[in-house]
Amino acid sequence: MSAVNPLEVKNVTMQFGGLKALVDFNLVMAPGELVGLIGPNGAGKTTAFNAITGVYAPSAGDVVLAGERVNGQKPHQICKKGVARTFQNIRLFKQLTALDNVRIACHANCTAGFLDALYQTAHHEREEERILARADEYLKVMGLAHRRNETARNLPYGEQRRLEIARALATGPKVLCLDEPAAGMNSAEKVELMQLIRSIRDQFGISILVIEHDMKLVMGVSERLIVLDHGVTIARGKPEEVRRDPKVIEAYLGDAYLEEKHMAVPAGGEAT
Amino acid sequence: MRAWPIVKSFLPFVIGAPIFWALGVITPEAFRLILITVFVNIVLAVSLNVVNGFTGQFSLGHAGFMAVGAYTAAKITIALDGVQLAFLPPAVSDQVFFAFALACAMVTAALAGLLVGMPSLRLRGDYLAIVTLGFGEIIRSIIENSKPLGQATGLSGLPQRVNMVWVGLCAMATIVMARRLATSTQGRALFAIREDEVAAEAMGVDTTGYKVRAFVISAAYAGLAGALVSNAIQLCTPRMFTFVRSIEVVVLVVLGGLGSITGSVVAAVVLTIGLEALREFQSFRMVSYAILLIALMLTRPQGLFGTHELWDLPFIKRFSRTAVRAKEAP
Repeated sequence: MSAVNPLEVKNVTMQFGGLKALVDFNLVMAPGELVGLIGPNGAGKTTAFNAITGVYAPSAGDVVLAGERVNGQKPHQICKKGVARTFQNIRLFKQLTALDNVRIACHANCTAGFLDALYQTAHHEREEERILARADEYLKVMGLAHRRNETARNLPYGEQRRLEIARALATGPKVLCLDEPAAGMNSAEKVELMQLIRSIRDQFGISILVIEHDMKLVMGVSERLIVLDHGVTIARGKPEEVRRDPKVIEAYLGDAYLEEKHMAVPAGGEAT
Repeated sequence: MRAWPIVKSFLPFVIGAPIFWALGVITPEAFRLILITVFVNIVLAVSLNVVNGFTGQFSLGHAGFMAVGAYTAAKITIALDGVQLAFLPPAVSDQVFFAFALACAMVTAALAGLLVGMPSLRLRGDYLAIVTLGFGEIIRSIIENSKPLGQATGLSGLPQRVNMVWVGLCAMATIVMARRLATSTQGRALFAIREDEVAAEAMGVDTTGYKVRAFVISAAYAGLAGALVSNAIQLCTPRMFTFVRSIEVVVLVVLGGLGSITGSVVAAVVLTIGLEALREFQSFRMVSYAILLIALMLTRPQGLFGTHELWDLPFIKRFSRTAVRAKEAP
């Protein structure tokens, strides 16, 4: 196992005009780690994702991938450096088949170019074969092999979510960022999905960062949690510690809840 | 065995050439120009489909690139008219020069595509359409005001080199190009841009770079079509390349179905021949054309074939399945 951390986020601040969506965000992911990023709605979780994956260039701070600073690089460049993501609202290539969705992701490390395709060179054919085999493998891993030739739009919701993960995996990431992968699922499906995420981590040995706002769910699966509220990191650590942290409880449930339970209201906590 | 991919790469053309030659021989003189127009329209429609259909970027500047190609080829064929390669008979020598002119037409049109595409492909949707429209008009007005290119009267008296084999092979080359692109990982990256640009970018597709590439390829073939059509009528004027021409090509692509190669081909064949057939009715001709368009857009807004190909249609699928079954049966 390499000693270099695949992803380090150092003091990243994202500012949109007067609004600070993310303040001094720090994150170090070790190889093979499963980290949960939680927080109430509008806490800045997706903003953190967007800063990591290059959708936005951070206003301040650094994003470092395997020792290389990647601030301001485009999402496709960052994708090639080993960070893949899924989206909160599913963004599949809806009119294409499940297979093609995954094959497009395999494109990230394709070495044949346009001219190879136009002249159908041997190099092109080798690459196509490799991509096809690879795509089929990822479909199988995510249990979608039987949906291979189905149009993505026609898949049931849960399978669309899994297809998105398969697609992200096919880019060959070292860090996989899942943005609310369980959104819109029932609790049985959610548990199943979290087990799947764990097994992906074990099988591919990649680091996974999961956004989730269902606390219970993410507690069970991740080794470490980071809690955001209003762009500020309010807690980090082991799930059990975080769960008892009054600041976290307050952020989730409001301080009225704390008073009712006769718990201490954290200093500086504002009623919302 | 190593040579096989190269052979396979050009196999369609080796088979196609004699067929087109035969077609040229049997075609009566009266239909010759119509048939050439059909093939040229296939080149235009299929190449525009690479940008508008595959990549989902709405370009209205196809006529501009046609003009670039047409003038390049016209200039070269005129300049080389009296010249002859000593070791070849005159007819063959002329054809070699024409091939050279066509290649140059493609290159200059591709360069124009690169020049236009680089700044404008950062835009999306309507904005891109307007910018490409503007660029197309700019190219035309530059030609209109340039003395060496004959200004508004254009270049006339081009030595005719085009024949059925040329236009047929060029149409074939365009279709083969589009088909190979569509079935390759590069083509799928273009589809991804059409489907969801944000997701495509996140999956490692260099969206701007690929859009420019698609645009350049498409422009090259537009230049080829321009060169063919101007040589066929031995005339090259700016009025042949107004934005109305661009719109006509867009109509072919939309009618056939954005993203469908066979759709573009069918639309190009049917509309070109249909418009010729309606020529007798004079004033009703364009009216019926418009009515046809309105009717089709109301009943099938996705075009004839949508994003599908001819062989994806239900009755053809059924036919091919029964054919396969018949073959498998002992």
